Amino acid sequence: MDIHEYQSKEILADYGVPIGNGGLAYSPEQAAYRAIEIGGDVWVVKAQIHSGARGKAGGIKICKTEEEVSKAAEELLGAKLITHQTGPQGKICHRIYIEAGCNIEREIYLAFVLDRANESVTVVASAEGGMEIEELAVTKPESIIKIAVEPAVGMQPFQAREIAFALGLDKSQVNQAVTTILGCYRAMRDLDATMVEINPLVVTKEGNIIAVDAKMGFDDNALFRHHNIAELRDKSQEDAREMRAADRGLSYVGLDGNIGCIINGAGLAMATMDMIMHAGGEPANFLDIGGGASPERTTKAFNLVLSDDKVECILVNIFAGINRCDWIAEGVVQAVQQIDLKVPLVVRLSGTNVEAGRKILVDSGLPIIMADTLKEAADKAVAVWKETTGK
Amino acid sequence: MAIHLDENTKVLVQGFTGQIGSFHATDMIKYGTNVVGGVTPGKGGTKHLDKPVFNTMKEAVEATGADASIIFVPPPFAADSIMEAADAGIRYCVAITDGIPSQDMIRVKRYMRRYKADHKMLLTGPNCAGSISPGKCMMGIMPGHIYLPGNVGIVGRSGTLGYEAASQMKDVGIGVSSSIGIGGDPINGSSFRDHLAAFEEDDQTDAVVIIGEIGGPQEVDAAMWSRDNMSKPVIGYVAGLTAPKGRRMGHAGAIISAVGESAAEKVEILQECGVTVVPNPSAFASVVQEVLAKVS
Repeated sequence: MDIHEYQSKEILADYGVPIGNGGLAYSPEQAAYRAIEIGGDVWVVKAQIHSGARGKAGGIKICKTEEEVSKAAEELLGAKLITHQTGPQGKICHRIYIEAGCNIEREIYLAFVLDRANESVTVVASAEGGMEIEELAVTKPESIIKIAVEPAVGMQPFQAREIAFALGLDKSQVNQAVTTILGCYRAMRDLDATMVEINPLVVTKEGNIIAVDAKMGFDDNALFRHHNIAELRDKSQEDAREMRAADRGLSYVGLDGNIGCIINGAGLAMATMDMIMHAGGEPANFLDIGGGASPERTTKAFNLVLSDDKVECILVNIFAGINRCDWIAEGVVQAVQQIDLKVPLVVRLSGTNVEAGRKILVDSGLPIIMADTLKEAADKAVAVWKETTGK
Repeated sequence: MAIHLDENTKVLVQGFTGQIGSFHATDMIKYGTNVVGGVTPGKGGTKHLDKPVFNTMKEAVEATGADASIIFVPPPFAADSIMEAADAGIRYCVAITDGIPSQDMIRVKRYMRRYKADHKMLLTGPNCAGSISPGKCMMGIMPGHIYLPGNVGIVGRSGTLGYEAASQMKDVGIGVSSSIGIGGDPINGSSFRDHLAAFEEDDQTDAVVIIGEIGGPQEVDAAMWSRDNMSKPVIGYVAGLTAPKGRRMGHAGAIISAVGESAAEKVEILQECGVTVVPNPSAFASVVQEVLAKVS
């Protein structure tokens, strides 16, 4: 789960990470008022959306007067921002954060990630702040500092000092940097974050260190023990269909193709999508119906897949282990009857109670195209899709 | 032979008396697995499915001589159960539970390192369908009948895709020595590489199929290890060619978040390392057949 910049900053500030003076606004009036509250003569108005690279998308505006703040807020609130992380559909900005501007001397990159290879939290830092880490990894790999944290004892001050000195910080700034680095680590550990990214961490002309941007992501599997974090979820920033799926015990990811998929198991779902592509088609979605799928859940899966207007054919592929083919078949029949399905449907069943399942489908008299193998299922789905749509 | 589990393996079920634990323990017993009892704290001294129930793993191991365990404990408590198994002297543990927090798994992995090599527990999962040595022992939630006993080892991150491969192979008469599920989480108990090493040593295994997917470094790591250390042929498949970057595809670990984690990149490295790549998921049987023909 992702949260907004201002939420990340509030959390990190509690852990001793220095942040600028700022406040949240939902309207231009509020934004101007915040600017007066904050004081000074330069403010940064920042769109709060779940995405990086907001600057390039016009989501960050520097203002010199309250009127400019108000105008920037007017422009950003309700605007759709498109970055390479949001995809072409973009994300709508409903909240803005107004922050005191600062005199930037230099910018540093600092991030904490769950490192799968090391099975630990790893700190990644670079003296080349402001750029994205993917870019840095390609253009200046030698500038990247990496330190793995030993999970049994947690991050130690010497490790934070090593990073601070490697970043070439002045000795008057090292203590501030150590506090910042250790604070980020403790926030990550205590709150089951999957990543903390400060980009940039700024050294001001006055010699202070400030986290100018902050991003945190959290482990969905650990939200049960962090109710205060779970409450920060902003559903307006998430895909409506994917959220509806999650609420129904289904795992769904929308894609660009036309063949809707209903499959059990994440690996088999990905493999089936690959098979569709191999057969000359394109999947409209990833959908894992999960184990022990009841007829009701199968019906919900159909509704979900069909809520995407692009879907012109549906492929159901079930390899039943904990699932039972007869339950799935009942669900398919119920769904087709209830929904009045307009697009062709290909079903492949395999595993537990497969004979009973196939019999239910055949006896229903519905125009269901049956397939025995994965290849046959994908071939038939693509063929019937081409035939009915003329594509 | 087989790896990790066979007819002599004595299995304890952690989370034995719960609904899910009971359901799958019944299936495992039916398959012929030697389930010697289970653990549910607070229910020690009772019987369940005709087997003794214990309060702690230490008691259970002492009373039954069990050397393996399978975990059906809910996610908030599962990491604790894995560490309890390790401390009780269990040799092989399968964690089925889906949804264990990543930082819990980091702690579990660190905890397991405290034991010396010959007392160190081997963990597969979490978030897996389990492992099976067909005809001998099943520790998992898979349909046992789709596996034919034979000479091909399987290691995979996905449950149902593993079923697909095994049943394709069964259809053409190819059997499996052991099939090991390492699970779909970002931090696994053990990786492809750990099991490739075991299959290399196993005299009943002639070839190994690794079934990977997008996300993480494990497939590449295994391919490089096999290039330098294996005499037996390795066959590989990586699911998720159509998966977009940055989107989690069901499994907690199935997300392309760094360079080298996409299916296409992994396939390329697998090929460079001499792994025979299955071009699409309907070709498991035919590719394995070709490779086996060259071996004999």
